[in-house]
Amino acid sequence: MKIERLKTDLLIIGGGTAGCYAAITATSDNTAPNAAGNKSADLKILIVEKANIKRSGCLAAGVNALNAYITEGRTPKDYVEYAKKDADGIVREDLLYSISEKFNEVTAHLEKLGLVILKDKDGKYVTRGNRNIKINGENIKPILAKAVKELPNVTVLNHVNIFDFSVHGNKIDGAFGFGIENDTFYAIEAGAVIIATGGAAGLYRPNNPGFSRHKMWYPPFNTGAGYAMGIRHGAEMTTFEMRFIALRCKDTIAPTGTLAQGVGAKQVNSLGEIYETKYGISTSERVYGTVTENLEGRGPCYLRTEGISAEQEESLLKAYLNMAPSQTIRWLENETPSKANVEIEGTEPYIVGGHTASGYWVDTKRATTIQGLYAAGDVAGGAPQKYVTGALAEGEIAAKSAVEYIKAKVDRHAPLQGSRNAPGINPGQALDAEVPLNISDSNIASHVAEIEKFFQNKKSDFTTEQLEETMQIVMDTYAGGIKTGYRYSENQLKLAKKEIEEIEKLTNKLGAADLQEVMYIYELKERLTVCRSVIAHLAARHETRWHSFAENLDYPEKDNINFRKYVNSRLENGEIKIILRELTAEGQRNYEHQH
Amino acid sequence: MSISIDQSKCIGCGKCHDVCPGTLIKINENKKAFIKYPKDCWGCTSCIKECPVHAIHFFLGEDIGGKGSKVHTEKVNGLVRWIVEFPDGSVKTIDIDPKESNKY
Ligand SMILES: Cc1cc2nc3c(=O)[nH]c(=O)nc-3n(C[C@H](O)[C@H](O)[C@H](O)COP(=O)(O)OP(=O)(O)OC[C@H]3O[C@@H](n4cnc5c(N)ncnc54)[C@H](O)[C@@H]3O)c2cc1C
Ligand code: SF4
Ligand code: SF4
Repeated sequence: MKIERLKTDLLIIGGGTAGCYAAITATSDNTAPNAAGNKSADLKILIVEKANIKRSGCLAAGVNALNAYITEGRTPKDYVEYAKKDADGIVREDLLYSISEKFNEVTAHLEKLGLVILKDKDGKYVTRGNRNIKINGENIKPILAKAVKELPNVTVLNHVNIFDFSVHGNKIDGAFGFGIENDTFYAIEAGAVIIATGGAAGLYRPNNPGFSRHKMWYPPFNTGAGYAMGIRHGAEMTTFEMRFIALRCKDTIAPTGTLAQGVGAKQVNSLGEIYETKYGISTSERVYGTVTENLEGRGPCYLRTEGISAEQEESLLKAYLNMAPSQTIRWLENETPSKANVEIEGTEPYIVGGHTASGYWVDTKRATTIQGLYAAGDVAGGAPQKYVTGALAEGEIAAKSAVEYIKAKVDRHAPLQGSRNAPGINPGQALDAEVPLNISDSNIASHVAEIEKFFQNKKSDFTTEQLEETMQIVMDTYAGGIKTGYRYSENQLKLAKKEIEEIEKLTNKLGAADLQEVMYIYELKERLTVCRSVIAHLAARHETRWHSFAENLDYPEKDNINFRKYVNSRLENGEIKIILRELTAEGQRNYEHQH
Repeated sequence: MSISIDQSKCIGCGKCHDVCPGTLIKINENKKAFIKYPKDCWGCTSCIKECPVHAIHFFLGEDIGGKGSKVHTEKVNGLVRWIVEFPDGSVKTIDIDPKESNKY
């Protein structure tokens, strides 16, 4: 394995939605000369992405709408109220305000970059419901990636997987990674770091665990790396018990919103009864209603599309090709939606801060509790219903904060003006002579040794795949997966904790033939770390506030006296310590960490 | 679902490899692309859209009710054409104008 040392001002881990936009805005924000007359565009920015930013992450297949937008006559406050109600109060109002106030601005920016947005005759965006606008989002990720590539001061390292932070005295100064195809180990030093690795899929057994095991809603390549690295370095995390379960078209796991909102399809049970009104219409109640109808013998459940017009059907076939093509194929191979209702099911649970509120505990600036580390997008907690525009907004906020932090620390670009942006500059060259190296050779050696151990473990009794499956079965059975209708009890969670810890020990014996297989081992380790936190959080919330998302059989009722609180956690001496924190006040716009 | 690659068409340009969000596609010694981890495919169709010679198509696995149709896209006069080849040999095409937004 080759060893390369890199040095940058701002390191962005994960070149997805939030990560790309952080790079774009960190740059545009700094083209104006600063007080010293230097252009801060001289800041060196490095994006490290495990795949390739062109099509990586949630946006790979394309998206169908911008789900978070302030439509005419509505205000950011309406959006905050909506998100707050949907999560039954457990949200950070300051965070929600800060993104809601930016939804429309980032949308306009996206349009300028090339996104097609549907407009009416008067040139106004066409809305879908109160908060959505219609787009052609098939190429949304290539659009962002292209904008990043045009930035002279941004370097992108594709196919490099980050697996650990470098933290000294609760201050981050870089990260460690490896190129999954170029046999290279990277030690990257940075003035500030933005973590934007998305949420975590693959913790629970999926709907179809066989050949199509990765035909899931959330990208199976987002494995919770950002959460896991933060947890291990003692970052405070919030609301991991608010899991997200998507209500989806059966088998293809294609979205249902386009059917429900686009052609007004209602949820019906096998008797043809509309059941959604019985359970409520919050995101979790829609899942819960479907689960309950099934459990009580009135399943399967459907979205009623029978009888839609030929024109509507044609539009649906196209809309799905743009975001979930397998659903269109399914229709063409079987019956089309005008002839047969579309069967729906709940997915396995995910941890995803862009839909629910799980993730890093951040302040309004998106600073985590580790100094110099900022979080944006699905990896950041407290602000559910974030979606694409919220991830972009957080990318921008995190970028501004990180740049501010770098500048406050030391004006590192002054003596180097000009040279940094010269083409052909080797990012590995130590440019900042005045900044001491923080990653020592022994730090590097111990990380390299950890990786090499997996190459030496030639004869392991089990494979990474087998342990992953075992983990998913444990979570499914004892931590409220599909198998139990998402319900769990305290005793089950105790078993889940014990078994996940056993599997964690076994991962050190795993063997790998190349760095891609090493990545699979780290992904498994990341998921196991996240599983432990999920279990601890589920056990800590002694109530059932959100059906299905956190259905605690020992505490089936809501407890507003004791649990109108955030459930936070922090790893201390190997154990997860739970911290209950007070909710933000009504309308609160600003929040700083209290340590 | 997953994809399959027709190696007789593949020209080894590596574009599918570059865009896969899971880095699942590799190029062999004969400069032909192959999917190394077929069970790990998310079904995002990124590779299919990139391939200049339409050598890649996707299918629904039997476990999710697939019936054996093969699907790929081609760019035709600025339109995105989706081509579905059914097992009985029949073909359906759907054209999408990328400059038009989704209706729903
Ligand atoms: C299938 C699907 C459909 C959606 N549809 C819509 C929609 O129609 N409208 C809407 O508004 N929202 C939609 N959303 C939500 C929205 O897309 C996400 O909330 C948002 O894109 C998340 O952005 P992110 O930057 O946090 O994550 P991502 O965009 O997923 O970025 C995370 C990036 O980090 C990389 N990464 C992960 N781990 C590592 C590591 N260890 N090292 C280096 N890199 C790493 C990943 O490869 C990825 O590129 C959808 C989400 C999904 C999954
Ligand atoms: S469909 Fe997507 S996940 Fe599957 S091989 Fe192609 S690019 Fe990779
Ligand atoms: S994109 Fe097509 S031609 Fe290029 S390597 Fe892949 S399969 Fe072969």
